[in-house]
Amino acid sequence: MLESKIPSGPLAEKWTSHKNHINLVNPANKRLIDVIVVGTGLAGSSAAASLAEMGYNVKAFCFQDSPRRAHSIAAQGGINAAKNYQNDGDSVYRLFYDTIKGGDYRSREANVHRLAEVSTSIIDQCVAQGVPFAREYGGLLDNRSFGGVQVSRTFYAKGQTGQQLLLGAYSALSRQISKGKVEMFTRHEMMDVVIVDGKCRGIIARNLITGELERHAAHAVVLASGGYGNVFFLSTNAMGSNVSAAWKAHKKGAYMANPCFTQIHPTCIPVSGEHQSKLTLMSESLRNDGRIWVPAKKEDAEAIRKGTMRANDIPEEDRDYYLERRYPAFGNLVPRDVASRAAKERCDAGFGVNETGEAVFLDYASAIQRYGKTEANIRGLRNPSEAEITMLGKEVVKAKYGNLFDMYKQIAADDPYETPMKIYPAVHYTMGGLWVDYNLMTSVPGLYAAGEANFSDHGANRLGASALMQGLADGYFVLPYTIGDYLASDIRTGAISADAPEFEAAEKGVKDRIDHLINNSGSKPVDDFHRRLGRIMWNECGMSRSETGLKKAIADIRALRDEFYSDVRVPGTADQFNPELDKAGRVADLLELGELMCKDALERNESCGGHFREEYQTLEGEALRDDEQFAFVSAWEYTGDPSEANLHKEGLKFENIELKQRSYK
Amino acid sequence: MDLILKVWRQNGPNDKGHIETYPVSGVSPDMSFLEMMDMLNDQIIRDGGDPVAFDHDCREGICGMCSMFINGEAHGPNRGVTTCQLHMRSFKDGDTITIEPWRASAFPVVKDLAVDRSAFDRVIQAGGYISVNTSGETLDANAIPVPKAQADEAFNAATCIGCGACVATCKNASAMLFVSAKVSQFALLPQGQPERATRVQRMVDQMDKEGFGNCTNTGACAVECPKGIDLSNIARMNRDFLSASASEE
Repeated sequence: MLESKIPSGPLAEKWTSHKNHINLVNPANKRLIDVIVVGTGLAGSSAAASLAEMGYNVKAFCFQDSPRRAHSIAAQGGINAAKNYQNDGDSVYRLFYDTIKGGDYRSREANVHRLAEVSTSIIDQCVAQGVPFAREYGGLLDNRSFGGVQVSRTFYAKGQTGQQLLLGAYSALSRQISKGKVEMFTRHEMMDVVIVDGKCRGIIARNLITGELERHAAHAVVLASGGYGNVFFLSTNAMGSNVSAAWKAHKKGAYMANPCFTQIHPTCIPVSGEHQSKLTLMSESLRNDGRIWVPAKKEDAEAIRKGTMRANDIPEEDRDYYLERRYPAFGNLVPRDVASRAAKERCDAGFGVNETGEAVFLDYASAIQRYGKTEANIRGLRNPSEAEITMLGKEVVKAKYGNLFDMYKQIAADDPYETPMKIYPAVHYTMGGLWVDYNLMTSVPGLYAAGEANFSDHGANRLGASALMQGLADGYFVLPYTIGDYLASDIRTGAISADAPEFEAAEKGVKDRIDHLINNSGSKPVDDFHRRLGRIMWNECGMSRSETGLKKAIADIRALRDEFYSDVRVPGTADQFNPELDKAGRVADLLELGELMCKDALERNESCGGHFREEYQTLEGEALRDDEQFAFVSAWEYTGDPSEANLHKEGLKFENIELKQRSYK
Repeated sequence: MDLILKVWRQNGPNDKGHIETYPVSGVSPDMSFLEMMDMLNDQIIRDGGDPVAFDHDCREGICGMCSMFINGEAHGPNRGVTTCQLHMRSFKDGDTITIEPWRASAFPVVKDLAVDRSAFDRVIQAGGYISVNTSGETLDANAIPVPKAQADEAFNAATCIGCGACVATCKNASAMLFVSAKVSQFALLPQGQPERATRVQRMVDQMDKEGFGNCTNTGACAVECPKGIDLSNIARMNRDFLSASASEE
């Protein structure tokens, strides 16, 4: 049933040979074909622009007021590419290897190798578009390092890399809009996909300003609608990020793959109180230079929590740089899942450093000294004073990370140039998503998924600076080619009619759901339920999971969902601008997804990457994989109830990389 | 903290609109301004009322979606931040806070505090790009060296988040800071040179068509810009526009 369509032949030749052999659509015929793209982040914007450049008629949809606001905009640290500009031994193979290993051997070799291959073209393309990456004094591109690797292959634009890349893709998209090749629908939400004769032939969209339901027909539909981290309520996602497009596709036959693989990012600003609506990431790039520690003595940690002691009062010998201690080879640059669990371990053991006991220090003092000394040398200062070195060091740190430090100061009301930042892990990214084959097609013919919305490349843990790479790889260089293989058989189909009974039925289903929500005479706002769902997910399906906890979570979510449908209050009407109604529809879907995530976590009786089952760990507390039993992708088929979903297994074959225990020691 | 909020309520672009007063209590100084608005809406919904519509998304100061005019200032009293990054510790217990939408004829009100900024998208569509197709066969990225100072300046211009605070702040509702930031980014880079003249002309023409006002060089836009976009961008755009027009004749 699950046909991954991985091309035959040697790994390094699969993609080239696949491109040489798939069906093409000639330019004149492309003009006869319509494609819908849902979402305008990196994957959606780049796909829509590229498809339109090739000649297809594209309709693009986003719920924001402009395509430029999709949440890719908030990605901070950078984008990986195997350029080897630093001459540190990087290569396509090494990027491939690091990604498979970082993902704890739960991704497809062929997909990941393709990703590494096209990574270099992404940088070329973006520079040609005028994306202002950071440069060295010689005018060439600068790189930095990210977690889980031992080379510098990350391209960046200060702490705003996602913004600059998205604006690049948005400019390409804008160019196609001006040519009339892309019709752009802003403030529109996809409410359902429409399947006709077993093929995806369009969507039902809702105009969020007027509330009108619209039918849009096409020969193929691409979902680039992002991840589902908001199931945890508190996450680094934008408030509007949601699973609805993917979930609606799931309910119409698209399999959901590895939904329990979520990434908890180690460096975020800790929760400050009950009112909190989102968590703010402090880029992983900060681990390049920052050192993470907690007090080595419990009494010091207690004194800090009480406010009777400050970080700077603790002498060097009484600090526990626990990542450097546990993982000497990678130190502060271990992958995210490892760094997050290590922080949780220290805090659970009583060494946390804020009022809630859930924070560790990220310290720039030694980086400031190191950079200060180098800068003094560059400027030819002889015997610089300590104050001079500190000042110069702060300048360098400011140039590299200024906007991140400002952001921290703004939120935490504390100056990170003077005292260590306090950080704690938070939900950031979801590796799981719609199951896709090598062509990025879901299990529904004609329905594609790109970017974070699919499951394809990151296995059980994503490496830093790889989300931007994957989003743009899918949108610029993979999907525009692979979609032709399917569309080649559609050149004689003619325009798809939106009057088909399938469209009518889908529209009616959407209308009934909306009416139910708006007419419900409940008492509690949507957020009330969303917060409670988030708490269940964070406690039982977050950084560590157990059989008992997951079983309890499933029961709790089911009860919460019943309560939601009987007691949610959605104000206003369905035919006006009504953000509460939009939110209600999204939370309704998250309440179903959460249950499937827990089921997936429960069935995966091993620990791997971001999925840590307490029952399966090594003596040293590291994740313990079970390759005999679980070297497969879990692809779930919807059957009417998340708990009754059917499991399809796609076995993962490792022909080029030897499976071994991941070690960063 | 206890506060009195005076909030602009307007049911759509054609409604006249009015200020409504809401007391809120139990506000924590650690809340962001938008979390305080969430609290207000929670209270309104539980009381059976119509919550205040406002735009917001990333809540970390980068998407450019939030857009409140707070006590007469775009994004409130603090410099260099968007509304979502403004925290209640910037206010005092007992304060009265007036909250209005961006006001500009090119930005019609959708509802309450949410406005339609699609005019900005249309200005970008008029020429805010470099015409290069996706191919995978462009020059190697390092084949185009860019002096660091110039690259940094282009980057600074490119950090505009398109929030519209410049327009909301300007007494003429001019969009010069926004448009000049995009024009400058490409004018400063070698890749942007071939279309430099046509780009500035087309973007300025579109800006005029959208009904943005004229620039009178008061500089208020740059003061209120949450990303610190510099006024020198406007000067650069003016020069480019003049020279493009001159060479046309």
